[in-house]
Amino acid sequence: MELVCPAGNLPSLKAAVDNGADAVYIGFKNETNARHFAGLNFDDKQIEECLTYARSHGTKVYVAINTYPQPDNFATWERAVDQAAEHRVDALILADIGVMDYAAEKWPELRLHLSVQASATSYEAVRFYAEQFGVKRAVIPRVLSVKQVEALVNNCPIPIEVFGFGSLCVMVEGRCYLSSYATGQGPNTFGACSPASFVRWSETDSKLETRLNGVLIDQVNKDENAGYPTICKGRFKVNGETGYAIEEPTSLNTLPILPDLLRIGVAAIKIEGRQRSPAYVAKVTTVLRAAIDACMKDPEHFVPDQAWLEQLTSVSEGVQTTLGAYQREWQ
Amino acid sequence: MSTASTRMRLSLGPIQYHWTKEKMFDFYRAIESAPVDIVYLGETVCSKRRSFNHKDWIQVAERLRDAGKEVILSTLALLEASSELGLVRKLCTNGSFAIEANDMSAVQMLAGNSDFIGGASLNIYNPRTLRKLVGMGLIRWVMPVELSKGVLAGFLKEMPAGIESEVFAWGRLPLAYSARCYTARAHKVPKDACEYCCVDYPDGLMLTTREDEDFLILNGIQTQSAKVHNLVNEMSGPDLGIDIFRISPQSEHTEQVICLFDQVRTGALDANEATHKLEPLAAIGLCNGYWHKEAGMASCNAVCGS
Repeated sequence: MELVCPAGNLPSLKAAVDNGADAVYIGFKNETNARHFAGLNFDDKQIEECLTYARSHGTKVYVAINTYPQPDNFATWERAVDQAAEHRVDALILADIGVMDYAAEKWPELRLHLSVQASATSYEAVRFYAEQFGVKRAVIPRVLSVKQVEALVNNCPIPIEVFGFGSLCVMVEGRCYLSSYATGQGPNTFGACSPASFVRWSETDSKLETRLNGVLIDQVNKDENAGYPTICKGRFKVNGETGYAIEEPTSLNTLPILPDLLRIGVAAIKIEGRQRSPAYVAKVTTVLRAAIDACMKDPEHFVPDQAWLEQLTSVSEGVQTTLGAYQREWQ
Repeated sequence: MSTASTRMRLSLGPIQYHWTKEKMFDFYRAIESAPVDIVYLGETVCSKRRSFNHKDWIQVAERLRDAGKEVILSTLALLEASSELGLVRKLCTNGSFAIEANDMSAVQMLAGNSDFIGGASLNIYNPRTLRKLVGMGLIRWVMPVELSKGVLAGFLKEMPAGIESEVFAWGRLPLAYSARCYTARAHKVPKDACEYCCVDYPDGLMLTTREDEDFLILNGIQTQSAKVHNLVNEMSGPDLGIDIFRISPQSEHTEQVICLFDQVRTGALDANEATHKLEPLAAIGLCNGYWHKEAGMASCNAVCGS
């Protein structure tokens, strides 16, 4: 089971490589990837540095080009594919059919992975990409129970990668417009959810308010922590009751089900968080590396170490974790 | 320049909500005589909803076809269980009616076997994607709701011959799908114990901000806009390349909405006047921001964004 770790800059990449990542995934400094944040990601020169470091340690590098180009900017995505291909990266992680069509035609030898943003949740959908574009691995959305992941793995012609830890998208990835409904910019079109330019933090006498393009997402007492205003983690009123109507601020953590993921034949575990710090990457990579190694050595008796769980919780949204859709009761 | 009205048709989208069997039969009975050209049928949100079984859908489909409508069967947008693949496969091999594919599983089943329509929840964001799907049998596409008229214009420059473009012209915008059921969550039960509580909300469950702004609609595993997206203005004026205007059903006033759109299409009613009459039919108000490249919830006049 491969461990795939996030890197938003060179220090994070080194942290991942040094702490046991089998592969790291990165993106370019533009809207061609789903972590299009200021100060994050790599330009041409930085990619070379990053590849040199990773290769010298035997770590693979994948490049995410996983947003959706439109008629007037398709060439930007073509350039991103060409650039990654010219650097001979180990795989591209793609979401858009047009981009995949371009990559498969122009660079037939290049290994393609299906991004979670492609929103493929069944083996028939995965087969489509495998047959049409020779996709070699699919990352699946965080909407399936363990049993459903198993059924998918058993019927898929290609290996499956799942999310193992990190901030939790509650909606099926690649088809969530909540951010663009409120701001005009969302993951598919802009490469970011709740872009920072639309976020406002303001104080009243006793409260701290977070707004997204004017919409009140949450309101906390001054002594509480206010989370980042992603709509799905906000507090709203439904049927007269105020609370987390969609989901609480929380992170996905699959350590408790690692033996199940191994048993059903999941090929790779992905850590979310290219926007997070090198310290986060180092900590989470270290824990996941140790957990996967322990699990593979003796899956029957695997129990997550309490210290591991505490470390992961300390870097989680809302300082809490969940199994998310893997566990049916969550749904 | 030709005007939009020379060729445009009206369609009725699938019912996005959970209605009782009686309400669904009554609704479609009335649609038989309503001035829509195309009717999309089927459960696209949650496979647990079984007011209609396959036989009921086919019965309604046949009646509507006999009434002169083009009938299309729509597939589920988010597939999770193997049983859901079975439902989609059954639709895709029905042999009588064309299919609107709402996820790539349905495309995979249909590709090379029969012509199909690409629904709004397929990610068709650029002409190269569209061309690829046309090569597999796509004959019509519904533009993703977050895309603008400028994007549609970009598509038209490279549109393969004979391919029809449809836009989501009236209704609450489908914004997201999830494994979790938010209606059940509001009732403090998990999805597996939902007891079909969404049937009590024939227009979904309102989610407001803490300062009482109506913001979203919870509809089972789907999240919608609270505001009603309205493109009736685009039915008059220059030809924007829209072949079909889709109206998405609500539990009330849908026939009235269809008639108002039809009157604008035939020139019997001015578009501004139609908007004036449509406004009270949208409880929370109207929006059209996506069409003008703004926030989806925004309401723009003809010159904003563009």
